[in-house]
Amino acid sequence: MIVKKRIKIINPQGLHARPASVFVKIANRYESEVTVRKGSEAVNGKSIMGLMTLAANQGSVLELEVSGPDAEKAMAELEQFLSSDTEDPAKGGAK
Amino acid sequence: MKVLKGIAASPGIVIGKAYVLDSEEMSIPQRSIPAAAIPKEITRFQDALTQTRAEIQTIRDKISKEISKEHGDIFNAHLMVLEDRAIIEEVMERIKKEKLNTEHIFSQVLKKYVQAFLKIDDEYLRERVSDINDVGRRVIRHLLGDQRSTLSEIKEKVIVIAYDLAPSDTAVMHRKNVIGFATDIGGRTSHTAIMAKSLEIPAVVGLENATRQIRMGDTVVVDGIQGILVVNPTPAELTKYKQDQARYVDFNKSLQRFKDLPCVTKDGRNIELAANIELPEETPAVLSHGADGIGLYRTEFLYMNRDDLPNEDEQFLAYKKVVTAMGQKPVVIRTFDLGGDKFLSHLEMPHEMNPFLGWRAIRFCLASPHIFKVQLRAILRASAFGKLRMMYPMISGVSEVKQANKLLEEAKTELRAKKTAFDENMEVGAMIEIPSAALTCDIIASEVDFFSIGTNDLIQYAVAVDRINERIAYLYEPAHPAVLRLLKTVIDAGHSKKLWVGICGEMSGDPIFTPVLVGLGMDEISTSPVMVPEIKKIVRSITYAEAQELAKYVLTLNTGVEVVNFLKLKYQQILKSSK
Repeated sequence: MIVKKRIKIINPQGLHARPASVFVKIANRYESEVTVRKGSEAVNGKSIMGLMTLAANQGSVLELEVSGPDAEKAMAELEQFLSSDTEDPAKGGAK
Repeated sequence: MKVLKGIAASPGIVIGKAYVLDSEEMSIPQRSIPAAAIPKEITRFQDALTQTRAEIQTIRDKISKEISKEHGDIFNAHLMVLEDRAIIEEVMERIKKEKLNTEHIFSQVLKKYVQAFLKIDDEYLRERVSDINDVGRRVIRHLLGDQRSTLSEIKEKVIVIAYDLAPSDTAVMHRKNVIGFATDIGGRTSHTAIMAKSLEIPAVVGLENATRQIRMGDTVVVDGIQGILVVNPTPAELTKYKQDQARYVDFNKSLQRFKDLPCVTKDGRNIELAANIELPEETPAVLSHGADGIGLYRTEFLYMNRDDLPNEDEQFLAYKKVVTAMGQKPVVIRTFDLGGDKFLSHLEMPHEMNPFLGWRAIRFCLASPHIFKVQLRAILRASAFGKLRMMYPMISGVSEVKQANKLLEEAKTELRAKKTAFDENMEVGAMIEIPSAALTCDIIASEVDFFSIGTNDLIQYAVAVDRINERIAYLYEPAHPAVLRLLKTVIDAGHSKKLWVGICGEMSGDPIFTPVLVGLGMDEISTSPVMVPEIKKIVRSITYAEAQELAKYVLTLNTGVEVVNFLKLKYQQILKSSK
C-alpha cells in the first residue's frame, strides 16, 4: 500500500535538530518505507542524516510517501507529529 | 638520502629503523576486493558497527552516571548517526558495486554527508559535523583493527614517525623499544615534545610531511639538536652521525658530575632547581638527574585512556606514590589542567573555536565542583606523606583563586570530619600564565603562598600566537620584551609580598635564558629532568650580581631577536669560562 501526503512544517525549528530525530524514531517503528521529498530532493525518512540534509525550515512543504503493510498507521503518526508545533513531549526542549 | 627540516623538540641523536604510524587524519587505504570477498567485506562492516555501538553505549552509560544525563545524551546523537539507515545502505551498495574495501567506501560516504552539512546555513547542523566525524573515526579505527595499539607491541628498537602523537599513544608506547620520535605537526611545546623530553629520547617535530616521505623500515637519523631528520643516509653521513652521537653522549656524561652538587651561584644564591613530570613513573629520572624537587606534577594522565573518571582513592595513590618517592623534597602538584589540546576525549566537550581561550583548567574545575573536590581531597590526603604543594592552573584573576580556595576549605573540613590526616600548612599557589593575572599579581598575592609562571601559555597569550601553528611559530618569542617585563612584574610583586616565585615552562629548560631568570630574581626553576644538569652547570658558573646586571641590560633591548643574540653570546662565554 502506498500513501502520499503534502505537509507544511509549522514547528519553528523546522525539521532538524531534535524534531528530525523524533521523526526518524517514529518512522523506524514501522515496517513501511518512508520517503520525504522537498522540491526535487528525496531522502529516506528513516535516516537522520538524510532528513537533516533536506534543511526543511518552518513553512517548507514536504511530500511524504509511505509504502508498505503498515503505511496508513505510519502516515497518521508522522502527520500528527509534523502538524504539532511541540516537540516530543517526553524529551523537553532542544538545546 | 633526504634531509627533512623540523623543530628540535628533545635533544640527542639517534639512528634506527623507521616505524611509520598512520596519521590521525587517517590515511585510509584503498584496495580492490575480488567479488568472492564481498560478503566478507560486508561482515567486516557490520562487525565494526556492532563494536562501535557497544563502545558508544558503554561511554554513554558511564558519562550519564558520573557526569550528567545531558552529557550522556550527546552519545545518543552519536548512536543515531551510527545506526543511520541511509549511510549503512549506501555503504553496502557501494561495496558491492565498486568492489573496494569498506574503510575506503565508508569514509567516502561520510565525507559526502559532511560536505552536504557544511553547505547548509545552519549552525546546529554544522556543529553536528564533529559528531559525524567522531563516529566515523571510531568505526574506521575498528575496521583498521586499531593499528595504534600495535605501538605497545613493538618488538625491536625503532624510531616512531607519526602525523602527531596523542597522549594516549605515548602512554601505551613500549618505552624500551622506542628510541626516537618524529612528527609532522607540533612545536617545541607540544605534547610530543614534552613527552620525548621526559622519556629522554631525541625528537624532531613540525616536519610537515615526514609520514609521506618515509617508509616503514627506512634508516633514519633523528637529530634532536639541529632539528633535522636524515632519511637513508649515505655511509659517509652515517659515520658522521655516529660520531656526533658519541660526542653527545660524552657531553651528557660530563654533566653527570653536577648531579649531587647544590644549585647555587658562585656568590651563594640558592636556586631551587626542580623537574616537571607527567607520569609517576618519571620520578626516578627526577632524582637521578639531581633535581631538588618536582616543580610541576601534571595530573592529566589520570584522565587519559579511559572512559570513566578517576576516583579519590585512585588519585590519592598516584599522588602519594610521587610524594613518598621524593622523600622530604618538595613536589608541586597542579590541579587538572584539562582543555585545549589536552581535553579528555570522552567528555565530548562542546566544540570551541578557540579552545585555548575556552572552558578549561580552573574554569572547568570551578564549574564542576563535584569533580574538582574529589581531586582536592586526594591531594590533601597525599600531603600527609611528604612535602606537597598545590597550584591552580589558568588563573585570570583573584576571584578564581578565592573560589578555588573556598572549595579547598570545604574539602579540608570534610577530611577533618572524617579524621583523615593531611598537611594543614600545605602551600597553595597560583600559576601565572595569563597576562591579566601577571599584571594583578600584587592582588592575587594575598590569597596564595607562591607563584609559578607557566611560560608556554603566558607567551602565547601575551603575543597572541597559537604555539601549535607552524606558520606563525616564529612569532612565539620567549625573549620578547613584553614577556621579560611580565616576568619581572610577577617576580617583583611576589617578592614584595614575601612570596617565592618559580617558573615551569619550556623557557626554563633553555640554558640561554638561565642567567636572565636568575638575574630577575627567580627563586625556583623547574624543567624537564633531562635538562637539570645543564641548567645547574650554568647557575653554578655565574654570580647573582652579574646575572642581575645582565637582566637589567636585557630589559633595555628592543626586540626578542636582540635579546636572544645577546643571551647566546653570554651563554657561549659562560660555557668557555666554566671549562
